[in-house]
Amino acid sequence: MWSLITRHLNDIVAVALFVIGFADLLFQRNMIKKIIGLNIMDTAIYLLLASQGYITGRKAPIIVDGVESASAYINPIPSGLVLTGIVVSVSVTALLLSLTIRMYKKYHSLDLDHCLMMARREG
Amino acid sequence: MDFIKNFPFFSIMLCMFCAIITSCLGRKAAKYLTRIVLAAVVGLSAALLVYTYINGGSFVYYMGHFPAPWGNEIRAGCLEAIFALFVSAVAFLSVVAGGKAVEYDVEDKKENLFYILVCLMVSSLLAMCYTNDLFTGYVFIEINTIAGCGLIMVRQIGKSVVTAIRYMVISLLGSGLFLIGVTLLYSLTGHLLMSNIKESLLPVFESGDYRVQLTIVIGLMTVGLSVKSGLFPFHLWIPDAYGQSNVVSSSLLSSTVSKGYIFLLIKIYVRTIGFDVIEKSGVFNICFVFGVVAMVFGSLIALREKSFRRMIAYSSIAQIGYIFMGIGLGTKEGLVAAVFHIFAHGITKSLLFLSSSAFTEGSHTKSIHEIKGLAYEHKFSSFCYSVGAFSIVGFPLLSGFVSKLLLGGAAIGQGLMQWIALLALAVSTILNAIYFLRTVIYLYIPPEQPLKAEEPKPYSSMRGFSYAFGVTVLVLVNFLVGLASGPVINIINKGLEFFS
Repeated sequence: MWSLITRHLNDIVAVALFVIGFADLLFQRNMIKKIIGLNIMDTAIYLLLASQGYITGRKAPIIVDGVESASAYINPIPSGLVLTGIVVSVSVTALLLSLTIRMYKKYHSLDLDHCLMMARREG
Repeated sequence: MDFIKNFPFFSIMLCMFCAIITSCLGRKAAKYLTRIVLAAVVGLSAALLVYTYINGGSFVYYMGHFPAPWGNEIRAGCLEAIFALFVSAVAFLSVVAGGKAVEYDVEDKKENLFYILVCLMVSSLLAMCYTNDLFTGYVFIEINTIAGCGLIMVRQIGKSVVTAIRYMVISLLGSGLFLIGVTLLYSLTGHLLMSNIKESLLPVFESGDYRVQLTIVIGLMTVGLSVKSGLFPFHLWIPDAYGQSNVVSSSLLSSTVSKGYIFLLIKIYVRTIGFDVIEKSGVFNICFVFGVVAMVFGSLIALREKSFRRMIAYSSIAQIGYIFMGIGLGTKEGLVAAVFHIFAHGITKSLLFLSSSAFTEGSHTKSIHEIKGLAYEHKFSSFCYSVGAFSIVGFPLLSGFVSKLLLGGAAIGQGLMQWIALLALAVSTILNAIYFLRTVIYLYIPPEQPLKAEEPKPYSSMRGFSYAFGVTVLVLVNFLVGLASGPVINIINKGLEFFS
């Protein structure tokens, strides 16, 4: 049992973080906490991706000293995916933060449910 | 003729570059450039459709000249071509018909920004339609989310900010689930290209290993994409998003954006994981159940809704339910019916939203009772609205009738599913008829007192030839798809054959 946990520690932590982030994004009422939840969720996915590409004892896939055998390096594709994912999540976070600023300017509150109620009352 | 194989790439890039260039143009130039580019994409997609239909099969186009397991691929056949034609045509007609509504809602200086969003949205939809790579699909899902959020924000009222935030949050939940599904699928197969994933999944599936993991992957992707397309339990953002934004945004969001996600889902089912594997995993039954519930429930809440445009928005929930029910039948006929309903609903819903702008003075909210007697003032628009309403209810001669016929036909012979599906179709059609025909009747009730001498109506006087043109074409297409449904069904059948 213990060996199973240590072998899959990265995956377990990633899934736990994903659940935490997902629940935050879904259930928190405060926008800032929601956005933090979004980032935790995305980071968890990147951890899962990066740990899948990692092979113990190998190096980053940068050719140094002319070593060209693929068996010397880790799998570079997941790292590339993580980079793309980070770009996406940065832009989404920025957009969501700017929307939050607008909402705060309009309703003076960060509470999404509260703002929704005020917006409904406006008609 | 091999040159035509470049067309999918051209149409994606044309829209994307148009979005970039539009950012530094004035409002007039931006408007016309967008129209020209969208018309060009319609032409390219139509040419591609003819080419793929005559040659049969589908072709693979390498992005960046790297062959299969390393490079990124575009793949196009009949089905992709007709979907691209549908998306670009609806976008073109919406932009043309709603040009004045955009002018009316958006500040002059910011009008070009609206067209950036439209171009980005169309290009991301086209990319989702053509791509053969799951991760590219994910990236364009996010681009589409950002563009959709902007489209909701177009009307600068406080409510639209809150609506946009809700849309964003729900969409992000969906894309998070989709991304982790892609990650797990990558760890199972070691591939990101759809065809390669299927190849390496087949032996895994036959050996019986990883059954649980595969079911989890399928579940995550299905839930992720259905959250984004607004299937029943995740529908709460729909009425605000469609009912309050600018008419062009509503028309684009309801008829193309949510369909793009469903198209991607069908692609994942058929091409990436394989129809048989999905069938054995039981996901189709879940789609079926939620589809049926959405059909009835969506119609019930639409019946209760007082606001005119929100009612049209609520009916989208029921229509998304129809599509998922068709997929959930788990047969080829069901899939054909679902794809046909994607097109039928798309052209009908955009017609409804665009023609309703005449009664609501642009994008304002109005209750159903306030539209009484407006048909005598807006004769043309109310005719077009009635055509849309009849089509969505399922009157013969119109596209909605054919899709309901196909759905019913696909359900026959499915045991218990047959009765549930037919019953749900009947109930939902009756409810649809009640709430849509009610609005048509209200429109044609003669006004009690003669029409008041004109109050200023800034929007109505602004509409003109382009509005008439866009809406007329949508009406004609609706009749055309309803009368000549044979060729369309033929193309869908042939496309699905070469889709996997």
